[in-house]
Amino acid sequence: MNTKELHNAYVQGLKREKRFVRITQLSILILFFVSWEFLTSQRILDPLLFSSPSRVWNLLLIRISDGSIFVHSSVTLFETVLGFILGTAMGTAMAAMLWWSRFLSRVMDPYLVVLNSMPKVALGPILIVGLGPGFSSIIAMGALISVIITTLVVYNAFKEVDENYVKVIRSFGATKRKSFFSVILPACFPTIISTLKVNVGLAWVGVIVGEFLVSKQGLGYMIIYGFQVFNFTMVMLSLLIIAVLATCMYQLVELLERKLLKYRG
Amino acid sequence: MALLEINKIEKTYFSKTSVTEAIKDINLAVERGEFISIIGPSGCGKTTLLSMISGLLKPTSGTIKLDGKQITKPTPETGYMLQQDYLFPWLSIRRNITLGLKTMGLLTKETECHALHLLNEMGLGEFKDVYPSQLSGGMRQRVALVRMLATQPKLLLLDEPFSALDFQTKLKLEDLVHSTIKEHEKTAILVTHDISEAIAMSDRIVMLSRRPATIHRIFKVPDALKGLEPFEARNTALFNDLFQDIWEELESFEHKRTS
Ligand SMILES: Nc1ncnc2c1ncn2[C@@H]1O[C@H](COP(=O)(O)OP(=O)(O)OP(=O)(O)O)[C@@H](O)[C@H]1O
Ligand SMILES: [Mg+2]
Repeated sequence: MNTKELHNAYVQGLKREKRFVRITQLSILILFFVSWEFLTSQRILDPLLFSSPSRVWNLLLIRISDGSIFVHSSVTLFETVLGFILGTAMGTAMAAMLWWSRFLSRVMDPYLVVLNSMPKVALGPILIVGLGPGFSSIIAMGALISVIITTLVVYNAFKEVDENYVKVIRSFGATKRKSFFSVILPACFPTIISTLKVNVGLAWVGVIVGEFLVSKQGLGYMIIYGFQVFNFTMVMLSLLIIAVLATCMYQLVELLERKLLKYRG
Repeated sequence: MALLEINKIEKTYFSKTSVTEAIKDINLAVERGEFISIIGPSGCGKTTLLSMISGLLKPTSGTIKLDGKQITKPTPETGYMLQQDYLFPWLSIRRNITLGLKTMGLLTKETECHALHLLNEMGLGEFKDVYPSQLSGGMRQRVALVRMLATQPKLLLLDEPFSALDFQTKLKLEDLVHSTIKEHEKTAILVTHDISEAIAMSDRIVMLSRRPATIHRIFKVPDALKGLEPFEARNTALFNDLFQDIWEELESFEHKRTS
């Protein structure tokens, strides 16, 4: 066999492996739904508590036809995206300020440690009192939950950038500001991206808890409402929608990652 | 008047637990167009000296003047090539070599063309659109050299630029850098561990003592050698004599340490 054939065989092997992974993944998913349906229809699991795929599906169709599912989903999605962006942006900005001023970073250090160990959702009631029971406190919750950890992680990444890269740019006469934007920040894109990935999940936690506490709308509200009226089909439906939306957000972040980090080849 | 005047500089590093005296009382004048090599034992303060000349590091005392003006911060007249390449991994080679131009606000079609021309001369023209991770160590070092030359500094500071190269590439690059520098009438200070490199490339060789570094001795390279390309210079008898002198002098440091 010549090299070309060998290469072809190699590529074929890769494809086969990929197909096998995909098929297994799909089978797990199907198996999950089928057994869920089966177990509840045979009353091995109580359908009142665990609902069933067919019930969830029917509810979805009803909620689509009256349009309410779109209202709830878009409210929650909006809050999450905003909380996510605010949390990451503010965290990165705070990290930049700490990097800029050694004094500030030393002063802030113990406060950040305390704030970081604090369970942020416990601040919910205070947010509601401060910002009123509505959008703003839910978004604040989504942002708050990720802002401190973002600050800490990104600040550490800023600090760890090899000093010699800064020397290179300073030897060309760059100011501190310029050094930040052309060295420190791009050098930390990999870290920032991975905090983005974590923050997607955190923002969902913040927003759903926020909706538990205050909302009259949204997927979190659907969950708590379904729970109160013992309608678990509604709870399951919300959970599935959250899973889909959160995955989509995560995929978008990965897309961004591929764009920004293409130099890693 | 000399291009560079180093006057009684000293440098001491302070940390919470230690005081390191790196440089003690160095005086040196470098003429326009001169090529100086600095050699000395490892860790004696060569990089420290170069950093101070570049303006990145302030001397604890003493003054350094470039063209009569005291250096307090990096200036566009000086190009500094660090001991390792430190190419920015997130920028393509093209963006890496124009980094200095961009930072100084000098990036135009012409200057970029010039940078790419230099890259071509180094034999790396075809790599302008790849990222540094795709290049070998020697190639990266050549790119770093182009990055420095692209801003057309008057004074070049080179910190062991050829140390990571294989022997052949090293000889070729020495010739290339030597001719580039002579052609454009640049002044250069080269730090090196390699005695032959120092002799082949420079007009004067400054030998530093062990830390804290002072100037131990200055060797003048004979005029007969200066006219030659580094590669040719290596094959002459004069070259070998000078090599012996420097070698013995460096050896004497080692003996002082062990005795
Ligand atoms: N930032 C720093 N803080 C404290 N000490 C330092 C610092 N930089 C260098 N030193 C010390 O100063 C001395 C001289 O260092 P320098 O890097 O200038 O040596 P060098 O001659 O370039 O060595 P090499 O040949 O290995 O490159 C060393 O003993 C080193 O430990
Ligand atoms: Mg050094």
